[in-house]
Amino acid sequence: MSKEKFDYFIKGDKGKYEVVIGLEVHAQVLSKSKLFSGSSTKFGADPNNQVSLIDSAFPGMLPVINEECIKQAVRTGLGLNAKINNYSVFDRKNYFYADLPQGYQISQYKHPIVGEGKVLLDMPYGSKEIGIERLHLEQDAGKSIHDMDPTNTYVDLNRSGIALMEIVSKPDLRSPDEVNAYIKKLRSIMRYLGTCDGNMQEGSLRADVNVSVRKEGDKNFGTRCEIKNVNSIKFMQMAIEYEATRQVELIENGKEIDQETRLFDTKKNETRSMRSKEDAHDYRYFPDPDLLPLKLEQKLIDELKKSLPELPDKKKERFMKEYGLNAYEANVLVSEKEISDYYEEVAKLSDKKLAATWMMGDLFAMLNDKGLDISKSPISTKHFAELVQSIKSGEISGRIAKEVFEIMLETGDNPKKIIESKGLKQQSDPKELEKMINEILSKNKDKVDQYKSGKDKLFGFFVGQVMKSSGGKANPQLTNEILKKLLKG
Amino acid sequence: MSLDKEKIKHVAKLARISVDEAKVDSLTKDLNSIFKFIEQLNELNTDKVEPLTSILNQSLRSRKDEIRDGKIREKILKNSPKENEEFFVVPKVVE
Repeated sequence: MSKEKFDYFIKGDKGKYEVVIGLEVHAQVLSKSKLFSGSSTKFGADPNNQVSLIDSAFPGMLPVINEECIKQAVRTGLGLNAKINNYSVFDRKNYFYADLPQGYQISQYKHPIVGEGKVLLDMPYGSKEIGIERLHLEQDAGKSIHDMDPTNTYVDLNRSGIALMEIVSKPDLRSPDEVNAYIKKLRSIMRYLGTCDGNMQEGSLRADVNVSVRKEGDKNFGTRCEIKNVNSIKFMQMAIEYEATRQVELIENGKEIDQETRLFDTKKNETRSMRSKEDAHDYRYFPDPDLLPLKLEQKLIDELKKSLPELPDKKKERFMKEYGLNAYEANVLVSEKEISDYYEEVAKLSDKKLAATWMMGDLFAMLNDKGLDISKSPISTKHFAELVQSIKSGEISGRIAKEVFEIMLETGDNPKKIIESKGLKQQSDPKELEKMINEILSKNKDKVDQYKSGKDKLFGFFVGQVMKSSGGKANPQLTNEILKKLLKG
Repeated sequence: MSLDKEKIKHVAKLARISVDEAKVDSLTKDLNSIFKFIEQLNELNTDKVEPLTSILNQSLRSRKDEIRDGKIREKILKNSPKENEEFFVVPKVVE
């Protein structure tokens, strides 16, 4: 396969500009209770029903850390091939907002729990490594609702205090496509690890996007702008495109770019300055006096490392080696743990290559159509494997298999039963086929003569006739062979 | 380190403390003398001393991941500036 070349630049009047992107991804930690309190983290509860006195910052309340959240952060760090810090510190990040009752967010500043790591992306132009700067633990804020009342804001603190992992990338990303691949890869790794469900609709995964531009070939970074809290990959991509173009226009008109915080207006498809955040970068971090430094024993880190599941990169390699899949197939089939599990069960019982083809074709199309996850597939791995084997053994043709697949969906029956009861078995007996073909040829003497006098295209007509009279069950390969033989004679 | 009037106003704003313009001068003076006192500590050489984060010789206490709190909405919402059964209600804050 020839590799494409990377080609994402913003074109200005004075040349091409490279776009430099760094992401701060906020991933909600999968845990039953919050980072520093025993309130539930379940999504969709009645407003303010999952709030303790700690989450609502009553005076005198003391935070106690959830040990599972610590482990989840370490697991994620290990999954990102990152350095786990045996010593980390919780700090207070001070700012005022209605959905932050403490007046500060407990976060980690100078000493995060996880240090540098890396993530590998598969791009059409080859694989690309994206550096991870750090991962730290912090509290989420509450939710402000602005559209329930014309003069008031309603605040729901259910989310307040839920553990987040902030994963900061190095400014290594260069295009909206790379951002897409990066977020998907992070999501996939965390879902394999079971540390974040990656549900962007429910806000479990959001990102701040840092964008700057520079003339192609420049070594120095341009001034960057931070686009706050974008909650879908599509919006991230649109925001980057808009912001990069805006910056290029400023530069070409001889204007300066202000380093500032902006928000992405999804309705107008533009970014806007958030004036209210001008002072906000003065967070006056200091170590939280309520919390001692977090010291991780190497033993715990080693144990967690041992208990990690096989992650997508490793699994992809294994799928290529063990099942003979190409890189593209392996990539698709390892993207979600549930997909890879389904595939492996099917591959154990049937032809590995054919199983991959049929999964990525008809099965995915059906699931997509019905809006189902593979874990909810109406077709079991056992039945799917039987179908694949029926194709492989030549019992049914690919065309008939599609028909069987539809009936499996409707009835839930196993393919063997369907093939037998509906008489769908492929006609692969050469004698019977030859007999049938002879009949067809004798009924179409004129066409046979035309064919023999050079009208090669008529071959397709004969194949069609065979399929028609066999109800699509004639073995296509055999039909071709016999037809050729008989038409020659 | 010394504080000027602008810095005092900035810090007050960040902390949401309203400072009477007439008091800024005396505040600046007071705070600067406090800083001067604290800065005596800089006379000591601490190059080879690890920062002390706590005087307690303990490590961070943790808890198991269990749901054992919440469902006290009525109690919590007593502190809301305006009454509502489900939400805290505050003056409109929107971009």
